[in-house]
Order: sequence, then structure tokens, then C-alpha cells
Amino acid sequence: METQTIYYDNKIVRNFAFATALWGVVGMLVGLYAALQMVWPQLSFDFAPTTFGRLRPLHTNAVIFAFVGNGIFMGVYYSLQRLCKARMWSDLASKVHFWGWQAIIVAAAVTLLAGFTTGKEYAELEWPIDIAITLIWVVFGLNMMMTIVKRKEHVIYVAIWFYIATWITVAMLHIVNSFEYPIALFKSYSYYAGVQDALVQWWYGHNAVAFFLTTPYLGLMYYFLPKAANRPIYSYRLSIIHFWALIFLYIWAGPHHLLYTSLPDWAQSWVVFSIMLIAPSWGGMINGLFTLRGAWDKVKEDPVLKFMVVAVTAYGMATLEGPLLSLKNVNAIAHFTDWIVAHVHVGGLGWNGFLTFGILYWLIPRIFGTQMYSKKLMNAHFWIGTLGILFYAIPLYWAGFTQSLMWKSFTADGIIQYRFLETVTNIVPMYALRALGGLMYLSGALIMVYNIFRTVKTGVLVANEAAHVPVALPREVSGTREHWHRWIEKRPVQMLVASLVIVAIGGIIELVPTFLIQSNVPTIAAVKPYSA
Amino acid sequence: MKFINYLQSITGISIFPLIALIIFTVFFTAMLIYVFAMDKNTVARISHIPLEDNLPSSSFNDPLL
Ligand code: HEM
Ligand code: HEM
Repeated sequence: METQTIYYDNKIVRNFAFATALWGVVGMLVGLYAALQMVWPQLSFDFAPTTFGRLRPLHTNAVIFAFVGNGIFMGVYYSLQRLCKARMWSDLASKVHFWGWQAIIVAAAVTLLAGFTTGKEYAELEWPIDIAITLIWVVFGLNMMMTIVKRKEHVIYVAIWFYIATWITVAMLHIVNSFEYPIALFKSYSYYAGVQDALVQWWYGHNAVAFFLTTPYLGLMYYFLPKAANRPIYSYRLSIIHFWALIFLYIWAGPHHLLYTSLPDWAQSWVVFSIMLIAPSWGGMINGLFTLRGAWDKVKEDPVLKFMVVAVTAYGMATLEGPLLSLKNVNAIAHFTDWIVAHVHVGGLGWNGFLTFGILYWLIPRIFGTQMYSKKLMNAHFWIGTLGILFYAIPLYWAGFTQSLMWKSFTADGIIQYRFLETVTNIVPMYALRALGGLMYLSGALIMVYNIFRTVKTGVLVANEAAHVPVALPREVSGTREHWHRWIEKRPVQMLVASLVIVAIGGIIELVPTFLIQSNVPTIAAVKPYSA
Repeated sequence: MKFINYLQSITGISIFPLIALIIFTVFFTAMLIYVFAMDKNTVARISHIPLEDNLPSSSFNDPLL
């Protein structure tokens, strides 16, 4: 076979890697600040930008879109080039993507602190930023798809399917949810109202979790876990089932955020999909953990694998808990309580955080042609981080049950027994423990930043890493069995369309009925809505 | 008015669930059949893709596999 030398772009990977570390620390710092305010409210200093109401969306946007977002791009840019045996399609597109995304993050931070918000959770940013996100997302998608098109490897490995499905679904969610009437530079009103608004919002909100915090990270798991363990994934067959079942089921799961609301009962019954989600999710977790079968001695030695094992386990915990939370009788206990916040952070700190850390530790020394500066510090990070997760989650489970029990206590006369404030002051010690957990987790992240800083100083960035790839895509020998799925495995655009069809069918069936009901949106002739 | 009335106003709505069910049953059955009928060597080869940064694992006639 005739080969040529090409160069993988490591500079873009480094940029996203540094960005994820930086924004991770910032986002967690804001989270810690918010957590401390729940113990000492006076920490808001009566200054609007530092009040809880502004810090909270700043925290969620920072950790989801800046920390996890840059983490996704870091992993995608590293793995995609190697899985496709091709450099990214356009260096310019990579650069625009990187700087555009960072500019969006800064704009988001400034506007949120200044009090501009649409009021839609995880979609708080105002319309000019929404448009910028759309444009940058298109640049990313184009760069990714064109790289796949020019690849020197027949088969599109399963990690890439997760990237493609993520890209197209996030695009769809973001555009549909962001329909809004701008009335000023930083003020708009949503196109949707009433129960429609609720359903669209949680169709989006849930899938922000599913297609931003989960599917791209599963793609990363399918690449970096085998890489770090130096052995192939346990079952490639299982990964195919995992992929299709997951994207098919996930898109339906939004209504589990709206149980017991005025959302009609029939729409709430979509939660059967949330319960079914346990199957593919655990399929994925098992696939990850079984990859390490017979290699547990390696896990004990290698902090990278330790981080990944905890990450995959946390994914398993969150996805066992999620379907349980979708059961109406469990949700009746958990909703509105800190149980939900605990659930979120088992996912966020355990799954997203630890997988990001594991990948950073694996990837940084490789692109800098060196070794991690200190394995001791990696282990220290691992332990303080793990303890941090426990200190974060366990008190909040306790707090959640306490809240639920207190809210539902009645006196003999049938009067609610506790004033709401009592249910809050009662759990302040739990909030203090949670803040301690957050502090530990953040300290771990700071140890990592120091370790990476020292590592980078001992190495030199291999900005362009040479690789030998075939000149032409090698022809497949005829006679190998061709299946329809093999067909799609080689066609990225068709894969994208298939993913879109699957999620769009789910979305349409879920949303359209509420659009058909005129009575959902009462209108009064004299009232002209949405004007300044 | 009950929600059902609005659904009924869509022409041919009664066939929708059936179509949906058929599409997904066919899709998932086909996927399962495909997955379990996959050629063992192919599976092994594909799962090694991430482990090779350099030379492609693409040649199906590779005698090593
Ligand atoms: C099978 C998978 C999962 C299911 C079925 C599920 C289900 C649920 C349910 C029922 C709620 C509570 C809604 C409420 O009563 O307010 C919830 C909240 C949440 N979950 Fe999950 N979950 C799953 C996995 C995950 C994972 C892996 C993560 C994170 C990486 C995550 C992040 C969240 C977030 C951020 C919320 C809070 C949303 C909000 O109210 O702001 N979930 N989930
Ligand atoms: C040092 C680490 C962290 C601390 C101290 C922290 C703290 C907090 C606090 C205090 C809240 C508000 C809870 C409430 O309103 O009652 C919150 C919400 C949230 N955090 Fe964090 N957080 C941390 C890390 C993370 C990470 C790494 C992620 C995700 C990758 C994350 C995702 C979220 C989400 C999605 C919510 C909204 C939850 C909901 O609506 O139910 N956090 N966090």
C-alpha cells in the first residue's frame, strides 16, 4: 500500500484542553460561591451581580457550555483526526471555532452577570448570542463532516457516530428552542407560551443533558477508554445497539421534568421512554467497564484509568437514578428537593468531570511529547476529587429526603406543620457539607492545573504530529459481507440524516400535538402580546 | 374540548401509531439481526481502529487479521 505522511493538528487540541481546564476552574469557583451563599446568604453583599439568582445561571452555563463544551471539542479534535487518519479539514475553521466559542463564553458571562436572561433554563442567553452560537456550531459541524469525508479509513468508528448525532441534535434543539421575538438588543420573548413553552423548554432542557453532557462524552469514552487501557472496546456489537437505542429513546425523555405539572397527562406518559433508558445506558456502562476486564491490576497503577472507572461508574449511577426519578411516585418525593441537585452533580462531577480529567491527563503529555510531571499529584487529585463527590452528593440526598418529609408533614388539624423557612434552616448544615465537597473537588482541579502547568514546561508542543496514512482510501476486497449497516457506517452524511430522522420523529410526535391545541394559548383581542 | 378531538381532526391519524410502530420495529429488528450477524473478523478489526494512529487498519485483506 502506498503511504504518505500527513500531520495531525495538535495545537487546536491544546487550545481546547487549556480552555476546558480554565473554564472548569472558573465554573466550579462560581458554583462554590453559590453553594457558600446557601450557608451564608450575606455573601451576596447586596450587590446584584453577586446574588444567587445571577451566579446560578452563570455556574450552569460555565460548567456545561464552557467546561464540558471545550472538553468535547478537545476530545473530538484529537480523536476525529486519528480515527479518520486525516488532519482537520480546515485550520481556519478550527481557529474560528475555537475563538468564536471563547468569545461566546465571555459574552455569556458578562450578560448573565449584568442580568440579561431569557429565563429559560440552560438557554438563558439572549438572542444575539443565540445567533452566534448557531454560526459557530455550523463551522464546527462543517469542519467535522468535511474531515470525515476526506478520511483514509473506510469504517466510521462508533465514537464518530456519537459526535455526528450530537452535532445534528444540538443544532435542532438549539434552533427550535431559541425561536424568539427580539424587542431590543438584549431582550426577547419566546415564541412559545403556556404548556407549549414548558414542553419545548424541557424537550430542549432534557436533551441539553442528553446530547451535550452524555452522547458526546460517550463518544469520547469509546475512543479514550480503549486508548488509555490499550485494548479494544469490550463489545463493538453492543456499542452499535447502545448508539441507536440511546438516541432513539433520549429525545422522548423531556416530559419527566414536568411530572405533576399542568402538562396534560397523556404527554406525561412519555416517561416510559425515560424508564427504558436504563437499558442502553447500562449497556454502555458495562461496555466501558468490561473493556477493563482482566486489566484491573493496570487500573490500580494508572490514575488515568482510575478517573475513567469512576466516571463510567458515576454514569451508571446517574442513569440508574434517572429512570427511578422518572417514576411518578419517586418523583413526588424528589421533585423540587435537593435530591435533583445531587443527581445532577453525580453526573456532572462524576461522569463529565472525571472523564475530562482522565482525558486531559492522558492527552497532555502525549501532545507535549513528555510524561505527566507528577503521578503523586494525579493520585492526590483522584482521591480528593472522589471524596469531594461524596461530600457533595450524600448530604444533598439527606437534605432532599428531609425537605420532602417536612413539606408533607401535617398537624392533627390538617395544617402544614412547618413553615417553608424552617425546612430551609433545618438543612443548612447539609449545605455546609456540600460546599465543603465542592471545595475539595475544586482543590483537586487546581492540583491538576498545577500538574499540567509543570508538565507543559518540561515538554514542547508537537504542533503537527506526523502520521503515515495511505494515499488513497484502500479498496475493500470484494466478497466481504456487505450489510446495510456497513453501508451507513461508511457514509457520514447519510448517518447524519438517519440520526436527524430518528430524533426529529421523536421531537415531532412529542411536540406537535400541543401546537394543534388552540385552547392552550388563550388570546384576548385587546391584548397585544410581546411588545415592549 | 378533549384533546382527542384535535387529534381526530388530522386526516388519517389512526394510521400514524401503526406506521411509527412498524418503522421502529423494522429498524430495531434489522439492527439486531445485523449486529449479531456481523462478521467476527470485521468486528475485531473495527474495534482496533482507535488503537492505531498511524497505518490504517482498513485493508480487509490484511493477512494479520
Ligand atoms: C437514563 C438517564 C437519565 C434519566 C432517565 C434522567 C432523569 C432525570 C429526572 C427524572 C430528573 C428530574 C426532573 C425533576 O423532577 O425536576 C432529572 C434531572 C436532571 N438530570 Fe437526569 N437523568 C438521566 C441521566 C442524567 C445524566 C447522565 C446527567 C448528567 C450528566 C443528568 C443530568 C440532569 C440534570 C442537569 C437535571 C436537572 C434539570 C433541571 O431541573 O434543571 N441526568 N433527570
Ligand atoms: C466545585 C464544583 C461545583 C459546585 C460547588 C457546584 C455547586 C452548585 C450549586 C450551589 C448549584 C445550585 C443548586 C441549587 O439551585 O439549589 C448548582 C447547580 C448546578 N450545577 Fe453545579 N457545582 C459544581 C460543579 C458542577 C459541574 C462540574 C457541573 C456539570 C458538568 C455542574 C452542573 C450543575 C447544574 C446542571 C446545575 C443546575 C441543577 C438543577 O437545575 O437542578 N456543577 N451547582
